[in-house]
Amino acid sequence: MNFDLTEEQQMLNDSLRRFVTNEYDFDKRGQVIESGKGTDPVTWAALAEMGLLGFTFPEDYDGLGGNAIDTMVVMENFGRGLVVEPYLATVVLAGGLIRDQGTEAQKAEILPAIASGERLLAFAHSEAGARYNLSQVGTRAEADGDQYRISGAKTAVLSGGQAQQLIVSARTSGARGDEQGLSLFLVDTTAEGLTINDFATHDGHRTAEIQFSEVAVDASRLVGTLDHAFPAIEKAVDLGIAALCAEAVGAMEAMNATTLDYIKTRKQFGVAIGKFQVLQHRMADMFIQTEQAKSMAILAATEADSSQRIQRREALSMAKTLVGQAARYVAQEGVQLHGGMGVTEEMFAAHLFKRLTLINLLFGDADHHLAQVSDGLLAASA
Amino acid sequence: MDLNYTPEQEAFRSEVRQFLQDNLPKDIRERVQKHLRPNKAMTERWQKILFDKGWGASTWPEEFGGPGWSPIEQLIFEEECALAGAPRQLDFGLRMVAPVIMTFGNDEQKERFLPGILSGEDWWCQGYSEPGSGSDLASLRTSAKLEGDHYVVNGQKTWTTLGQHADWIFCLVRTSNEGKPQQGISFLLIDMNNPGIEVRPIIMLDGEHEINEVYFDNVKVPAENLVGEENQGWTYAKFLLGHERTGLANVGQWKALMKRLKEVAREEQDGQRPLIENTRFRDRLAQLDAELRALELTVLRVLTDKRGPGPQASILKIRGTEIGQRLFEMLMEATGQDAIAHIPDALEPDYTGPRVGSRDATPAAGDYFNMRKLSIFGGSNEIQRNIIAQLVLGL
Repeated sequence: MNFDLTEEQQMLNDSLRRFVTNEYDFDKRGQVIESGKGTDPVTWAALAEMGLLGFTFPEDYDGLGGNAIDTMVVMENFGRGLVVEPYLATVVLAGGLIRDQGTEAQKAEILPAIASGERLLAFAHSEAGARYNLSQVGTRAEADGDQYRISGAKTAVLSGGQAQQLIVSARTSGARGDEQGLSLFLVDTTAEGLTINDFATHDGHRTAEIQFSEVAVDASRLVGTLDHAFPAIEKAVDLGIAALCAEAVGAMEAMNATTLDYIKTRKQFGVAIGKFQVLQHRMADMFIQTEQAKSMAILAATEADSSQRIQRREALSMAKTLVGQAARYVAQEGVQLHGGMGVTEEMFAAHLFKRLTLINLLFGDADHHLAQVSDGLLAASA
Repeated sequence: MDLNYTPEQEAFRSEVRQFLQDNLPKDIRERVQKHLRPNKAMTERWQKILFDKGWGASTWPEEFGGPGWSPIEQLIFEEECALAGAPRQLDFGLRMVAPVIMTFGNDEQKERFLPGILSGEDWWCQGYSEPGSGSDLASLRTSAKLEGDHYVVNGQKTWTTLGQHADWIFCLVRTSNEGKPQQGISFLLIDMNNPGIEVRPIIMLDGEHEINEVYFDNVKVPAENLVGEENQGWTYAKFLLGHERTGLANVGQWKALMKRLKEVAREEQDGQRPLIENTRFRDRLAQLDAELRALELTVLRVLTDKRGPGPQASILKIRGTEIGQRLFEMLMEATGQDAIAHIPDALEPDYTGPRVGSRDATPAAGDYFNMRKLSIFGGSNEIQRNIIAQLVLGL
């Protein structure tokens, strides 16, 4: 039982913190978002240089053999500086799927390409009306000789418009809602029959709506086991949840720091408003919520790599529930304590607010995950 | 970073569990698990059993007769005790005054007072709050005037838990009115058998006699019972409150109670189905379960922090008491309308008369009422927020 970072993790943390502080300030971030490209080549190359893009890949594929705790360290720092690079989509979700499910050939082709920064990937899974239910996949992949033909539509594909390749979930048997019958395919975004609509998100990231019309993929592009992709999808989403929990903690810590600065300097009635007990107690509650969320982000990171499904699912859903609730609380209170300034585009707090709000909406909000924990209680009592 | 217990810690857990299985008397266990009225004899018996094993004070270093356990081992011990249905040991001696004596007392005081605390022979109570001094503790007025080799103490203390059973009381007293209120306070150990001390019961909202008022009328206390230096008592008082706060998270007890609450939710009926199948109730149970997990991890983070528990311990007090209160509230809600009957006699183990609903319903409302104290004592949760705002956030 220990909560210490290893020496390497501590070094990673220190250098990333320096990088985000020095090379990724508020103006720089604004320029990256303004460009509409969803990634900044200089920043992405710098992350590759630091080894971060392959951190959690095996050493045989130009990685460093890291785990979800390393991802936590990275994402906390990204949250602190609101970094908008496609790290979650490319490295955590798609990279994690190839690492855990890919064939040797797929790993050799893709992981080094991600690690070097030359290729972006995205995970195209969710569909309209599915909300947060992972088995609600209607997109179909029909076998056609030694090919599959994929038809359907995907929504909320994070960084989907920037990726060169997608990992697409599709039904190879069964009906929408079945856990059985799902498979994963690697699809080039240049493939014929693919239509991608790229959108900005409210928090400076990019999302895509993607249609597949008889998109042909070679059978060798199947990732993992035919018809049995559900556990892999669930695991990938859990890795995503753990990463988002850590990012939220970083953003909450930044919100607390910037709010604290503000209420220590902003004067009304002749004193700094931080002297008012009503604001002190709200600030104290923001701090308490953040510390609890941090405990849960740690739990999420230590369980995310586990193959013990019931225990992992409970931990990740508990974490996303409490982190989602804390993120909402800290985000709303942070803006409120900034007064009128808090609702302006020029304040960092406003951008933290938007990211924290959207994190709660990704991969299941607090209500969804509370229901997961609750159903787990019922199952355990049966 | 590794949230698993080490094999050594797991072995320790097994050893504690085995010991509890072999040595915790059945009648005591039942009394605790059924939330019946605690009594002094039961607490004394259990303390003696632990003392004979060398486990009388889980938090004490070996130097003073403790087992010298690490913070994690202490937590494992508490958790296993709670799960097994062992009674709570008395914090006032073991966890409150003892660390003050160990840290600030002289050798004679250590030799004189610590053995009685460890064996359970001496019962201690706390003389901090006064009728006019609650959250503003430093405004306390109970005075101690040095006359020759004695202090003469006059004044009144209140909220004195278990004062009716106590042999000793540790008191904050005013020895000077110079300077800031904090500067004239001293820490005095007073024998409850002294002439001039009167203990009067305060009946709590659950109808039980747990707390008291203590009056001091020209009570003569030997000067050698002063701990540390005169007028430095505030420092010792804050040190003590820090120790108290870490313990107030109560994770082991709350985990045992959560386990029981889940059982009760399976046992209680909601029409034709067990209560656990009621989604609204179960969702709230799930929420509380997640919050308890977060509390446990936060406690472990604080306990394993090499910098030691700082003002962050206030988080544990706030969250620990909020979660504890919620657990008792949900236990009451789980028993529903069966909880409305007030049957004080049924809190005794030999009660065989009629009752309403399950055994869990009998103490449910009274326990819930009683536990409102959690967010008020030990520095109210509002005071804890002041501490966080001022000492952690620098506001």
